[in-house]
Amino acid sequence: MNILNETTITFESRSSNESFARSAVAAFVSQLDPTVSEVSDIKTAVSEAVTNCVVHAYQNTYGKIKIHVRILPENTVSIKISDKGCGIEDIHKAMEPLYTTSPQEERAGLGFAVMQSFCDAVSVRSKVGKGTTVTLCKKLSPRYRND
Amino acid sequence: MKTTMNGNELTLYLTGEIDHHSARRIRETADGLVQQKHPTLLKLNFAGVDFMDSSGIGLIMGRYRTMLLYGGTLQVTEVPRELRKMMELSGLNSLGVLERRSESCEYTE
Repeated sequence: MNILNETTITFESRSSNESFARSAVAAFVSQLDPTVSEVSDIKTAVSEAVTNCVVHAYQNTYGKIKIHVRILPENTVSIKISDKGCGIEDIHKAMEPLYTTSPQEERAGLGFAVMQSFCDAVSVRSKVGKGTTVTLCKKLSPRYRND
Repeated sequence: MKTTMNGNELTLYLTGEIDHHSARRIRETADGLVQQKHPTLLKLNFAGVDFMDSSGIGLIMGRYRTMLLYGGTLQVTEVPRELRKMMELSGLNSLGVLERRSESCEYTE
């Protein structure tokens, strides 16, 4: 795969880092001159994925969350969010809209549904006790760019 | 957070970014005020919100339930353009809490 540019950020799974994570990804992607709505889609999808790590993967503990952003040909962005948390037993179930294991925390159960509707492709790999990797892929609209 | 009480109508003017981190404080403030002032209508004004993920949906659904418990109603007003996609996706429209605006703001059923 032809990677045009990439970056990796690693941070602790504190809820105060959710804002940092989505802003950092948006800042990196800004070199592709995305539209306001594309930036908003990316920030929202990243926020959902990172919140899942904070709320579910590490639950009452803290661990590292790693985000690997790659810029691929044809204005495509790939964002891989990984944790070494508890893992997901039933990925299919976890991705069902409105399904949540944290209703008392007022989680709407929409995380994966939002990622899927705000990105072009979402893939999830998970191993119980080992962790989860969510990969978001979004192709930005072609615009005039000074390459 | 700016709040106004007008008769039985309590309005909260939300600002900034609503995510899992910030939703907690908004929730506590909102529920505290509802318990204290017993409004029959709670309005969440989103005009000053520039980012919201699905935590905002959880926040709205939670306040919808709180208001039902107290026998009141909830209304979500002045949703900025960038947040409408999230509101539509959430199915909140079917609860009838989203403000109808004659101009520019059409939600798909």
